[in-house]
Amino acid sequence: MDLRDTPEEAAFRAELRAWVEANLTDEIRRGRFEEAGRDWSRKLHEAGYAGLTWPREYGGASAPYSHQAIFLEEMARAEAPPHLGVIGLGMAGPTIIAHGTDAQKQKHLEKILSTEEIWCQGFSEPGAGSDLSAVRTSARLSLEGDHFVVDGQKVWSSFAHIADWCILVTRSDPDSDRHAGLTYLLVDMHAPGVDVRPLRQITGEAEFNEIFFTDVQVPVENVVGEVGGGWQVAMTTLLHERGTLGFALTAGLESQIRKLIALAKEKGATPVQRDAIAREWIGLQAVRYTNYRSLTTLMKTGIPGPEGSGAKLWWSEANQRVTKLALELLGPEAQLLSSNGNRQPGYWQHQQLRSRGNTIEAGTSEILRNIIAERVLGLPRSR
Amino acid sequence: MEFAFSQEQEELRREARSFLEANPEAPLSDLRELGWLGVSVPEERGGGGLSFVDEAILFEEAGRGLHSGPFLTTAVVLPALPQVDDQAWSVELDGLVPHLDTVDMVLREDMTAVPAGGETLETMDETRPLGRLSAGDGESMDGDFEPVRLRLLAALALEAVGVAQKALELGVEYVSQREQFGKKIGTYQAVSHPLADTYVETELARSLAFWAAWCVAEEDEQAAVAVAAAKAQAAETAVAACERSIQVHGGIGFTWEHVLHRYYKRAQWIDAFGGHAARQREVVAAHLLD
Repeated sequence: MDLRDTPEEAAFRAELRAWVEANLTDEIRRGRFEEAGRDWSRKLHEAGYAGLTWPREYGGASAPYSHQAIFLEEMARAEAPPHLGVIGLGMAGPTIIAHGTDAQKQKHLEKILSTEEIWCQGFSEPGAGSDLSAVRTSARLSLEGDHFVVDGQKVWSSFAHIADWCILVTRSDPDSDRHAGLTYLLVDMHAPGVDVRPLRQITGEAEFNEIFFTDVQVPVENVVGEVGGGWQVAMTTLLHERGTLGFALTAGLESQIRKLIALAKEKGATPVQRDAIAREWIGLQAVRYTNYRSLTTLMKTGIPGPEGSGAKLWWSEANQRVTKLALELLGPEAQLLSSNGNRQPGYWQHQQLRSRGNTIEAGTSEILRNIIAERVLGLPRSR
Repeated sequence: MEFAFSQEQEELRREARSFLEANPEAPLSDLRELGWLGVSVPEERGGGGLSFVDEAILFEEAGRGLHSGPFLTTAVVLPALPQVDDQAWSVELDGLVPHLDTVDMVLREDMTAVPAGGETLETMDETRPLGRLSAGDGESMDGDFEPVRLRLLAALALEAVGVAQKALELGVEYVSQREQFGKKIGTYQAVSHPLADTYVETELARSLAFWAAWCVAEEDEQAAVAVAAAKAQAAETAVAACERSIQVHGGIGFTWEHVLHRYYKRAQWIDAFGGHAARQREVVAAHLLD
């Protein structure tokens, strides 16, 4: 056990930190989401920081997961904008590498790394949230047998408004039930019949979208895995979503808590608030070191340790408490909108409202507790 | 960054677990024979020459096995002595001495070592009685008490993790067997979700406790804060783990004959000794805010 960076990890961190300092300009930091994001994503790719853990043969760096963890920590520390290709890099790409055809790899992987293609995810539907197996978006094979015709609606899709491609879970066998009869498709978001509408959320902004598919033609060569074998492919995608996610979340929480401490020093904190701040800082250390334990197991065995399964659950509830605590420290002016010239309340109001989504997105807390109860503790299944 | 146990450490854990399951009341002399005393003391001073992280594994397992002797208190004092001796030791904190009735010597916060003697008090956790020292002359020792205090609080945090782990295991086992309304009660989410929370909190507490142990072993500058953080979180986790386990056990968990109340009392003892969680968090808050 050694909780310090190895000399090699320390060198990677130092090099990355220096690079961020030189390249993360104020223009990028303050720029508009899409343009600044494209600019930043291109720079990351050119410097070799996109696809760190992807195999070298597919244009990645074949770096150990510890580098990905350090990368996520340093990005959060610098408050860098998100990489626009997160869904391509973290979900679509690894899924294509695991299950895709050579032609699909040729066509997409390089463009995912360079952010030439932005990807979105079409999994959730109005009637299929936690229960992905209830998917109803249909994919009917054409009479010629060379393409599928896709009809249906997806929801909660980040980046869909700027995406070029979508990883889509469809029901290809109309008589099938639940996990059987699903097919995983790569869909061109510029194809006729694809309609994206922003979904306004409680923060007032539209971070997510609804996607409507009306008679959209998708060539059969865009099937990933087997026709009817979409469930297994979708599970690969979700496994990658949860892989090093813990590090990104923890790093984000660390920067929130740093701001919270600064706010408490500025505004003063009651003994009760001091206790609450200490509690959140302790929780942050706990989840950070738990991620390290899970990562060490991942690097030794290829499978993350089970203890990491609680990271997202803990983080989401901690983020809700931290943002509320900040509003409490701000006092009554916490209610004033930033149009009154109050930047601080505006930031924390937004963060607090946004945090309500944290316990819902990427697995509701209820589903995560079920997973821990059944798969980690081995309790009898509830369904 | 490597946060994992070596094969030797895993082996030590297995050995400790099976020994303590069979002998929860093993006398100190048995543990000495196993080489469990002075694990982290250098060999030239009569110790095992290993790290406090190795010793930490024993503290966690002693908690899981609800070991009843003065192992923990002796183990945290030995590194402060010029040479590992054969006596049973305890420490005095806030005027209270654990195991006063069974130890030979007591180390006080002013670094005087006094022969054990005084009044043994009836204590809620019967397996770890507290006592008050009678006035007596002591021998002054070299060094500071602070490292002893840090080892003690870190060891208590580790013990708390073991307590939480056992409470969780008992709960999981029970709800996987007990049937009501024709179903195993573990299928009800109102029953399973509190156990999932205990699992998450116990793993978080374990990470903190071993981080604290590592900081103590490395004499890291963060040691005092890490120890306060670990003690606060682990003690509260152990208390909550026992409370949830008692709840999912239903009536049987509330009986004297069931072992759970002994774990519950140990968890509360750990939280209280050396300062409750809120007092530990004030140390952390001062570090962050003052």
